[in-house]
Amino acid sequence: MGVIYILICISVFVAAVFLFLFIKSVRGGQYDDSYTPSVRMLFENKAKENKDKTNKHNQSKSN
Amino acid sequence: MKNCFHCGEKVEEKQLVYFDEKTFCCQGCKTVYEIFSANDLKSYYDFEQHPGASPNEATAKFNFLDNQDIVSKLLDFEEGKTSIVRLYIPHIHCSSCIWILEHLNQLNKGIISSQVVFSQKKVTITFDREKTTLKEIVLLLAKIGYEPYISLDNYEQKPRLIDRSLLYRIGVAFFGFGNIMLLSIPEYFNVDDLWMQQYRGFFRYAILLIALPVFFYSGTPYYKSAWRSIKAKSLNIDVPMALGIIVMFVRSLVDIFFQDGQGYLDSMSGLVFFMLSGKLIQQTTFNFLSFERDYKSYFPIAITKLEDSEEVPTQVYDIQEKDKILIRNQELIPVDAILLSEKAYIDYSFVTGEAVPVEKKSGEKIYAGGKQVGRPIQIQAISTVSQSYLTQLWGNEVFQKQVDQKHQTISDKASQIFTPVLITLALVGFVVWSFTSYTAAFNVFTAVLIVACPCAIALTAPYTWGNAIRILGRKKMYLKNTIVIEQLAKADTVVFDKTGTITANHDEKINYQGESLSSDEINHIKNLVRGSNHPLSRRLYLNLPDNIINSPDFFEEIAGQGIVGQFDGNTYKIGSATLVDAPEKIITNKTSVHISVNDKYKGYYEITNHYRKGLSALFLTLKSKGYQLFVVSGDNEGERNQLEKLLPENTKMLFNQKPEDKLNFIKKLQSQGKNVLMIGDGLNDAGALAQSNVGISISEDVNVFTPASDAILDAGKFGQIDLFLHYAKKSMKTIRLSYVLALTYNVVGLSFALTNQLSPLFAAIIMPVSTVTIIGFVTLMTHYYARKTFKKKLIKKSEPDKCHILSKTSKLSLGKVFRSWV
Repeated sequence: MGVIYILICISVFVAAVFLFLFIKSVRGGQYDDSYTPSVRMLFENKAKENKDKTNKHNQSKSN
Repeated sequence: MKNCFHCGEKVEEKQLVYFDEKTFCCQGCKTVYEIFSANDLKSYYDFEQHPGASPNEATAKFNFLDNQDIVSKLLDFEEGKTSIVRLYIPHIHCSSCIWILEHLNQLNKGIISSQVVFSQKKVTITFDREKTTLKEIVLLLAKIGYEPYISLDNYEQKPRLIDRSLLYRIGVAFFGFGNIMLLSIPEYFNVDDLWMQQYRGFFRYAILLIALPVFFYSGTPYYKSAWRSIKAKSLNIDVPMALGIIVMFVRSLVDIFFQDGQGYLDSMSGLVFFMLSGKLIQQTTFNFLSFERDYKSYFPIAITKLEDSEEVPTQVYDIQEKDKILIRNQELIPVDAILLSEKAYIDYSFVTGEAVPVEKKSGEKIYAGGKQVGRPIQIQAISTVSQSYLTQLWGNEVFQKQVDQKHQTISDKASQIFTPVLITLALVGFVVWSFTSYTAAFNVFTAVLIVACPCAIALTAPYTWGNAIRILGRKKMYLKNTIVIEQLAKADTVVFDKTGTITANHDEKINYQGESLSSDEINHIKNLVRGSNHPLSRRLYLNLPDNIINSPDFFEEIAGQGIVGQFDGNTYKIGSATLVDAPEKIITNKTSVHISVNDKYKGYYEITNHYRKGLSALFLTLKSKGYQLFVVSGDNEGERNQLEKLLPENTKMLFNQKPEDKLNFIKKLQSQGKNVLMIGDGLNDAGALAQSNVGISISEDVNVFTPASDAILDAGKFGQIDLFLHYAKKSMKTIRLSYVLALTYNVVGLSFALTNQLSPLFAAIIMPVSTVTIIGFVTLMTHYYARKTFKKKLIKKSEPDKCHILSKTSKLSLGKVFRSWV
C-alpha cells in the first residue's frame, strides 16, 4: 500500500498545477474584463465571413 | 418619417440626406458612413441596427492636445515610439462600438492596436508617436461619433492598479478546502482500521501542510480587520471570525501533535473559502458609473487663454488672476470671472438647477461652473480654479470622510452582542469542565469557539446585499456599495431637490395664456424667433409647431428686451413684459415670453418645467408610509403654488437655497435624529448628497453628469423610489430572518460542543450545511421580495396620477391654442 504516498502526491500536484494556472490567468488579466472578450470572440469570424461573402459575390459577378 | 441608417434618429422625409441608397438624418452621419465604407469597415452596421451617434463639431475643442505637457499627463505609458492612452467614451453601448473601436488601425495607420473594456466604456489605444498624435486620434474619434470625454479628472488620475489579491486568496482557499476534504475522508470513515492506523500520520501531516497557506495567506484580511477593530475598541463581525479561524488552527495543531486527533482543518479552510466568496459577491460594482465625481470630472482640462490676441491652450490650474480667457459655445467656465464681451448667456443649470440661461452684460461677474450658450465670449479671471466660489464647496469636511467610516453595518452590530456572549459561554464551559479534566476543559472551550464561529451570520449580509445590489441594478438603481442598502432601509426623511430632480431638465413645456393666436400669427412668431439666438427664443422655436419658412419684412433684436418684426404689414413684438406693454396684472415671476401684434397685447408663452411622471403618487405613497418630505431648491418661489397643488399638504418647501444652505439643512435634520435620504442631481446638491445618510443622484443619462453620491438612479425610474425603499427594507428583513436560522444552527452546534461531543466530522458537516442553507435562503428571499415589490408597480400605474392628469390638461390647453392651426 506504499503506493498511496505516490498517488496522493500526484493528486495534490495536479491540483497545485490547476491552482498555478488559475493564478497565472488572474495575473494575466483574464478576470478583469469578463464581458468584452465574449463579444470580441464573435467578431473575427463574422468579419471573415463577410469577406468570404463579398469574395464569393465578386467571383459570381466575374463569372 | 424614416430612421437614419447611422444613428437611428427619426427624420422628416424632406430633411433626409440620401447616399448610397441609404437615408441619413444629417451630413455628419453621412460622413461617418462614408468614412467607414471607404475603409472597408461597413461590418459596423451588421452587428446592431443604427449603432452610431452623429458627430459633434469639435475642431477647436481639443486644441489643448497640442500642449505636450498636457498630453504626457494623459498618457498611461510612453516609451520610445510607443504611447498608450486610455480614453473614456460615453457612447460605447453595443457590439458595433467594440468592433469599430478595435479596428481603428484601419482608419489611422499610426494606431498600432486598440482594445475596449466594455464595462468601463473605455478604450485603450496603443499608437506610434512618430506617425500620429493624440490629437489626431481624438479628432478621428470625434469625427466618427465617438468623442472621448476628457476632464480635469484625467489630468490628475494615475492609472489605478487593479487589486486582484482577493481572487488569489480564493484560489488558494479553494485549493486547500478541496484537497483537505478529500484527504480527511479516509479518517472519517475508517477510524480504527489497521490500514488507517498505518497511514494516519501521513494524512494528518499532508493536511496540515496544505492548510498552512490557507491559514497564513487566505485568512489574513480577517486578522487584519479584526485587529484594527479591536484597536478601535469595537467588535466588528471579523473579530469572532478571526477568533474562530485562529482557534480552529491552534486546536488542530494541538490535536495532531499531542492528542492523536485529526483536527478541524477542513472546516477551517471551508470557512475561509466561504467567507472570501461572500466578499467577492459583495464586490459587485457598476464599473461604467462613477460615484466619486467632484467638480474635476466636469471641468475642462485646459482652456483657451488670450495672450496679445493670440490663442494659447492653457492647463486650467495655470490660470492666474487677470488672465484673459476665451470661452466658446457650450464650454464650461472654470474660474470666477468678469465678462469682457458685450453679452453672454450663461447656462447654470448644472450648478444651480436653474433651467433658463442667465443673460450677463459686459462687466458683470460670472461664477465658475456655468456654460456659455451662443457666440464665443471673452472673460477675465478674478480668481484661480481652487479659489472659485463653486470649488470651495469641496473644502467642506463632509467631502473628506470615507463612507465606510460613516456607518456601522448590521453584522457588526450583531457581532457586538454575539461576541461577548460567545466568549462567556466558552469560558463557562471551560470552568465547568475543568472540574473533570483540563484536557476536556480545553477541548470544550475551543469547540465552542469553533462551532459557534459566526460563519452563517457573517455570510448572511454579504449574500443578501450582493443579490439586492444586482437586482436593483437591473431596475436601474445603481448603488455605490452594499452598505447603502442598509442606509436606504433606515431612512425616515426624504429631501428632494427641485430643478432636475422632481422636474425634468430636458422636457419642458410651453404653455400659451391669453387671446388665441391664428395659425398665420403663430407661423410668423416662429419665423421671428428663428432669427434670434436668445435662449428663450430658441426654446420657443423648438416647441412651436413646424412651419413654412418665411423671411420677415423687418427684423430687429433689442438687447435685453426682445424682438420686433414685421410680416405683411403687421408689427410683432416678442419679448419681455416691458417691451410689449403687458398689462400689470399679467406680469408673473414665471419665465415667460410676451407677444403683441400691432401694439395690441395678445398673451404670453409660459415656459414651465415639466414635473416628472408619478411625482404626486410618489409623494403621497411616501407620506402614507410615514416618511417626512422636504423640497429644497436653489430656485426662486415662482413655482411654489404649482407645487403645493401637486404635492401632499404639509410638504415643507424651501427656496433660494445655496449649496451650503442645503448641506446645513441636512445637517440640521440629522441633529434632530433623522436619517436623511437626499435626492438631487446637480453639483449644487453635492454637499447635501455627501452630508446625507444616503445621497441618490438622479440622472437622465447615467453615464455623464452625476455628482458624488451613494447611488445613481435612472431618471425614468423616479416614480419607483418608494419601491426601492420598500425593497431595501425587505432586504433587511431577510437578513434578520436569516439570523434566526443561523442562531438555530448555533444552538444545535453549541449543545454538542458544551457536552464535549463535537467530533471533527460533525463540525465538517454542520459548517458547510449551515452555510449553504443560509446562502440558499437569502438568495430565494431576495428574489421573492424583488418579484413581490416590483410587481406592485403594474397596479400602481393604472391608478390615477394627479400629476399625469395635470400634464394632460396642459396639453389640452396647448391643443386649444393650436387647434386652428392644426
